[in-house]
Amino acid sequence: MVKEYDNLDSHGEQTLSLRLRVWRQNRGAAGHFEDHALAAVPTSASFLEMMDMLNEQLIKEGKDTFAFDHDCREGICGMCSMTINGMPHGPLPGVTTCQLHMRNFRDGEMITVEPWRAKAFPVIKDLAVNRSAFDKVIQAGGFITVRTGSATEANNTLIPKPVADEAMDAAECIGCGACVASCKNGSAMLFVGAKINHLNILPQGQPERERRTLAMVKTMDDAGFGNCTNYGECQAHCPKSITLDVIAKLNRDYLRARVKEFFSSTGKPRKGGD
Amino acid sequence: MKLESKIPAGPVADKWNNHKAKLRLVNPANRRKYHIIVVGSGLAGSAAAASFAEMGYEVSCFCYQDSPRRAHSIAAQGGINAAKNYQNDGDSVRRLFLDTIKGGDYRAREANVYRLAQVSTSIIDQCVAQGVPFAREYGGLLANRSFGGAQVSRTFYARGQTGQQLLLGAYSALSRQIGAGTVKMYTRHEMLDLVLVGGQAKGIVTRDLVTGEINAWASDVVVLCTGGYGNVFYLSTNAQGCNVTATYRAHRRGAGFANPCYTQIHPTCIPVHGEDQSKLTLMSESLRNDGRVWVPKDKADCTKPASEIPEERRDYFLERKYPSYGNLAPRDIASRAAKEVCDEGRGVGQVVDGKRLGVYLDFSAAIKRLGEPAIRERYGNLFDMYENITGENAYRQPMRIFPAVHYTMGGLWVDYNLQSNIPGLFVGGEANFSDHGANRLGASALMQGLADGYFVLPYTVTDYLAGVGLTGRPSVDAPEFKAAVKEVQDRTQWFLNNKGNRSARSYHKALGKIVWEQCGMARDKAGLEGAIRDLQALRADFWKNIRVVGSGDQLAPELERAGRVADFLDFGIMMCLDALHRDESCGGHFRTEYQDGGEAKRNDDQFAHVAVWAWQGDGQLPARHTEPLVYEDVQFTTRSYK
Repeated sequence: MVKEYDNLDSHGEQTLSLRLRVWRQNRGAAGHFEDHALAAVPTSASFLEMMDMLNEQLIKEGKDTFAFDHDCREGICGMCSMTINGMPHGPLPGVTTCQLHMRNFRDGEMITVEPWRAKAFPVIKDLAVNRSAFDKVIQAGGFITVRTGSATEANNTLIPKPVADEAMDAAECIGCGACVASCKNGSAMLFVGAKINHLNILPQGQPERERRTLAMVKTMDDAGFGNCTNYGECQAHCPKSITLDVIAKLNRDYLRARVKEFFSSTGKPRKGGD
Repeated sequence: MKLESKIPAGPVADKWNNHKAKLRLVNPANRRKYHIIVVGSGLAGSAAAASFAEMGYEVSCFCYQDSPRRAHSIAAQGGINAAKNYQNDGDSVRRLFLDTIKGGDYRAREANVYRLAQVSTSIIDQCVAQGVPFAREYGGLLANRSFGGAQVSRTFYARGQTGQQLLLGAYSALSRQIGAGTVKMYTRHEMLDLVLVGGQAKGIVTRDLVTGEINAWASDVVVLCTGGYGNVFYLSTNAQGCNVTATYRAHRRGAGFANPCYTQIHPTCIPVHGEDQSKLTLMSESLRNDGRVWVPKDKADCTKPASEIPEERRDYFLERKYPSYGNLAPRDIASRAAKEVCDEGRGVGQVVDGKRLGVYLDFSAAIKRLGEPAIRERYGNLFDMYENITGENAYRQPMRIFPAVHYTMGGLWVDYNLQSNIPGLFVGGEANFSDHGANRLGASALMQGLADGYFVLPYTVTDYLAGVGLTGRPSVDAPEFKAAVKEVQDRTQWFLNNKGNRSARSYHKALGKIVWEQCGMARDKAGLEGAIRDLQALRADFWKNIRVVGSGDQLAPELERAGRVADFLDFGIMMCLDALHRDESCGGHFRTEYQDGGEAKRNDDQFAHVAVWAWQGDGQLPARHTEPLVYEDVQFTTRSYK
């Protein structure tokens, strides 16, 4: 893919003719695949620009377009969510759908495009799904309680660089849900583990560490997400390359919180931060 | 139009503290009886909604995305400024204030900017407490870098994802309140009108994007934090959904729109590659810390690979023209310089629309000096992103960059309290006009969004609520709400029924082309007049031939797009009109008639004012009003980075 000392003048635009098999589903109805042919797709276009072209073609024909979620188109908002040829976000590792470019496909190729498939992510229309279960998990405990205006001077809290870096590695999660979509169990543990790792290793996150962990895990279970059985698909498809060890640490912190809960006099986790 | 800036008396450094001491309060037991609507969930919106709820108010927050965490604040890369002076390099509140005023080319309101610099330090404290993983030094203290035209290191950052981390911080605070039941969050809802009762903002009308339901919501106050209007240019670094509809609908209800012609063109974006492109991607400005910007001296070299152009045949034009700032010259200046060399025919990269629009950003010197691993550590994610999009490896050949629309300094007019000229309508973040003048400095947008949301609106909105009292909230059955809902329903139905033949996207592209050519990096009278005529014709065509597919009772992206493009068309006309009437150059507004050897030439005698546009009716040109900019503390000087 990388051309050394590219002749910058040689960008003769190559184009592809594609066959597309795209999921069509209206709210409250059963879904099915629809086949479309699309010609003259520039290899420099992004996957979503290719979908725009398909939709423009449908508008010309007076047909309904395919609804899909997307916003920033630069790989950070986490809104785009397509399963491309069976792989969430498509074939490239560490890349969101919006950052996937058509030069990664072949002329004449058949591309299958589906929504995230998971019990906890019902389809809204076509390729768009409802991921509000992720928000509910964060609302249950994915925060540090700090009222506006009550913070102390920032440099009073010393955080060793390796700890800050590790927290940042986990905090890079964009909440897209590819981990859930790729998992046989529909597990959200990579997502939850990332947030737990971000907050539970920082000094600011200690007072609420146990209650955060217990509340997030309970909400995750209630939302219909499955559990981790170490398939590792989530790690392979995470566009931010978040690794399985966040799940190990989630399990460790969950165990730690349950043990503390068991041995506490009230049978409830030690209250902190309230 | 009544435009009272309500700037408090006294020395600029004391204004905010004195003002805060005089603002009225609401008894904690009464706060839950007030309902605050916040539209938008980016930095300003999330921060404001969370803070209001913590204070005890009943809050409803609306966003068009599927989660508040998606708001486009998330895409900011470089960092956030704060006058902490942790580096002992001479920074102070006053220095940040002066830099921002100068960066804005003396077209911002002095008192607002001073307040922004003052609260900047509290923002960092707040974000660290929330767990935002800012970059650290080995001793555990916060790290800083120098950024975008500043001579001190006052920028705090979290790798290349500062906006993401700050937004996730604000989102976590907001989520805590949603979980506690004090904020009701309405995602996938788009605000389509503002409702006034008795001349005061008392609610909004929204469309549920999933079910198509159109609903009215009543409140005691409405806070718009709905971002900027950069997508009027079609191609910009904004997210696809960013739109002007919320602020433009408020404008149609009487809110003044200030300085719409002030738009920021960011110098370091990946160049346009073709007709079907939907978006331009920003490469963080921090790249200019180590990259050198150049083009061939000779047009004939433009088709050669960079490696075949020897050092002496390269023109490092920023270093040549601005020796003291070099590659770090502010955004508007660096952008214009790149446009100039490309207009001379010395651009590089592929030909689009008959021109090569690109300049090199070359890291070879930095790689030689620091080694590739050091550059990878600093900018690895950006180099990867560049390779994803262009298929080129920037460790081996220079990046190609070109300016792109990035941020809009104009916005709804607000007074010192961030209240628009409609009582009860407050505006925060990029959606208002107040702090950046005619050009925004790097790492200041995040600062302003959070300053408004965490530390200004909670005080000023409280003061307003204390003034209106507890009996002010109308019912959604009031005739004003019913009429507004009907208008929105009729407009929606009209779009769905119209038997046109042209898509909203194609109108949007046509609009973008006109404003980018005539109201982009360089503007002139004849071009702007032509653009207004062209836009009026395009608008007329739109209202005849628009085709909207889909149905009104479920997710209908084409319906959403059509409504937004309709407002962008009207807005584009107002933007060009504003540029036409500002007979001077300042910051991002460069009128070719007013220059001093390529540098912007201000006209302080006639244009040291805010231009505020009032809506005059459908298809009518808006009317221009002014608010004089009174500088009590700072002297006007010519902005020079040479």
